[in-house]
Amino acid sequence: MSRSSAAAVPAERSVRHEDGHETAESTTADTLPPPAGERWLVEPAQTVRLFTTDEPLRLARGGRIGPVDVRFETYGTLSPERDNAIFICHALTGDAHAAGYHPGDTKPGWWSTMIGPGRPIDTDRFFVVCPNILGGCQGTTGPASVDPATGSTYGLSFPILDMSDFVVVHRALCRHLELPQLRAVVGGSLGGMQVLEWMLRHPDDMEAAVIIAASSRLTAQNIAFSAVAREAIMRDSGFHHGHYLDDGVSPETGLAIARMMAHITYLSEEALAAKFGRDPQHDDLDPGFGADFAVESYLRHQGEVFLDRFDALSYLYLSRVMDYFDPFARPGATEAVSRRAPATLVCSFSSDWRFSPDHSRRIVRRLIAAGAPVTYREIPSDSGHDSFLLEVPRYLDTVRAFLDAPPAPRAGESSAPARNTPGSNGGRS
Amino acid sequence: MTTPVSEMIRTDLRVIAARIPPRSRVLDLGCGSATLLNHLMRRRGCTVMGVEIDPVSVTKAIGRGVPVAELDIDRDLDDFPDDSFDVVVLSRTLQAVRHPATVLAQMARIAPRVLVTMPNFAYWRNRLLLLGGHAPVSADLPFDWYDSPNVHFGSLDDLEDLLAALDLPIVACVPLSPRGAPSRWPAPIRNWAAGAALYEIGRARTRADRGGVEVKR
Repeated sequence: MSRSSAAAVPAERSVRHEDGHETAESTTADTLPPPAGERWLVEPAQTVRLFTTDEPLRLARGGRIGPVDVRFETYGTLSPERDNAIFICHALTGDAHAAGYHPGDTKPGWWSTMIGPGRPIDTDRFFVVCPNILGGCQGTTGPASVDPATGSTYGLSFPILDMSDFVVVHRALCRHLELPQLRAVVGGSLGGMQVLEWMLRHPDDMEAAVIIAASSRLTAQNIAFSAVAREAIMRDSGFHHGHYLDDGVSPETGLAIARMMAHITYLSEEALAAKFGRDPQHDDLDPGFGADFAVESYLRHQGEVFLDRFDALSYLYLSRVMDYFDPFARPGATEAVSRRAPATLVCSFSSDWRFSPDHSRRIVRRLIAAGAPVTYREIPSDSGHDSFLLEVPRYLDTVRAFLDAPPAPRAGESSAPARNTPGSNGGRS
Repeated sequence: MTTPVSEMIRTDLRVIAARIPPRSRVLDLGCGSATLLNHLMRRRGCTVMGVEIDPVSVTKAIGRGVPVAELDIDRDLDDFPDDSFDVVVLSRTLQAVRHPATVLAQMARIAPRVLVTMPNFAYWRNRLLLLGGHAPVSADLPFDWYDSPNVHFGSLDDLEDLLAALDLPIVACVPLSPRGAPSRWPAPIRNWAAGAALYEIGRARTRADRGGVEVKR
């Protein structure tokens, strides 16, 4: 959105963000969700068992899990050639409900700006798949699931996860859905990190990759924020060494504080200033230790609503995967993409300080060095990391243009005469 | 689209395309909406990438399926490793970058073959306009002085002096008429007669020998 629309037209309606936090976000009148009668209804989520006790999921860092159930939603229609599928990877606290309304819902799915009829990921043309991530808590097996071997929740006995484990499960879902090749794999933040991992390991799986507001290596500051969030959870007296679900307690305070802090990193200083400034929560400021300022009340609300839909163990496990993700450090990390890479779009936002444009630029540099075809844009936006979920026209136009573009000819498809370039490199360096 | 890609490109872009071997890896700095790269990618089997800073052009390039990075030529060329391309092109952009000498040196690092076109400020009509008391406006310099993106006003001779100072050898020079057509004006004439020129620039062998530019095989 433009700076002027953000400032000039405060929306009456709230916007549900990817992670369920609600804000009177800076939507303009023409970008509000359609009125109730015209809501785009989507099919309910499905759940599939992709791994079993007998054939468990073997994890990259050792250990195994079985069974593994995955909840997912699909939108649009798969073409007879099965070549129009777009796979969505969600962020840290997302879920399978990416777009549209379920009957009775008041809010659409978390990426309704991006996915839907006539949207950049156009469900009139594409078949869209979005699963809940392994280790999550929205229908897919995670640390809060019951371990069939013990009859109790996994808790901290759930194995440590790796980004590549997510990809293994995503690919198993593609096999289940009989999708031999994806038109595109798309994700923002942790979702973009999954896309990067997937394209580096299995570039043949997809024609295109879209990596938005992501990182190929967290900074010390990123890890520091993660660490404080985890400490808040684990030091809560209700954590019970991870057995809180069996013991009927909950580290609610810790999880809410983790969420409040993380939420600050999703917004820019400009966005917070525009939204709240130093406004008092009540008529006057009267110094005390309650939510005196509007921003304090807002954060408390974010922390509270988060408790209803997210699990503290999932927060620990998934945030830890992000801390350790460093795919370009692997020997031969770019070997596969230097042979055959999908068309790749990397996108960052100017005011994102959680994963600043520098993070995206690093991914771009590595892909250029590998000789992979990469498109990069830094989108001007005042809304920080959350921009990837919002109605930012240049960003959405970019994704649309990228997905609508004619594919580049593959090596050997061109009618050009054989190369004869004295002094040039034969292959990619 | 109804028009074949090869017929849609400007005459001067065709002159550039003619000097790019099929199946090369080509980087175009200031690629605009990627007309040249689209042609090279789809008709010449090239592996291409563009750099462009104008947002509208970037979106158009993306819509054509050409990989393009929205980066600043003056600031961001370090993102491209040594010898990451076979050919690097800078078409009518050198006069608009802040540091032409740095950009030329970076180009020679990124690819062994550098193609640069530049409008000629010393073209005879420009000289007449200046004698008449006005900043030149022409086919090759189509901007009024107050809204021109150009920040350097050099002649072909000036560029040749700079290349010599940078130790970058001129492999070929193709003078271009104001309509973009190639001509054969010899060196003393072209600084008057050409509206612009295409230079093919190589690498100084001495620099490679010194290790200043490492050529990988």
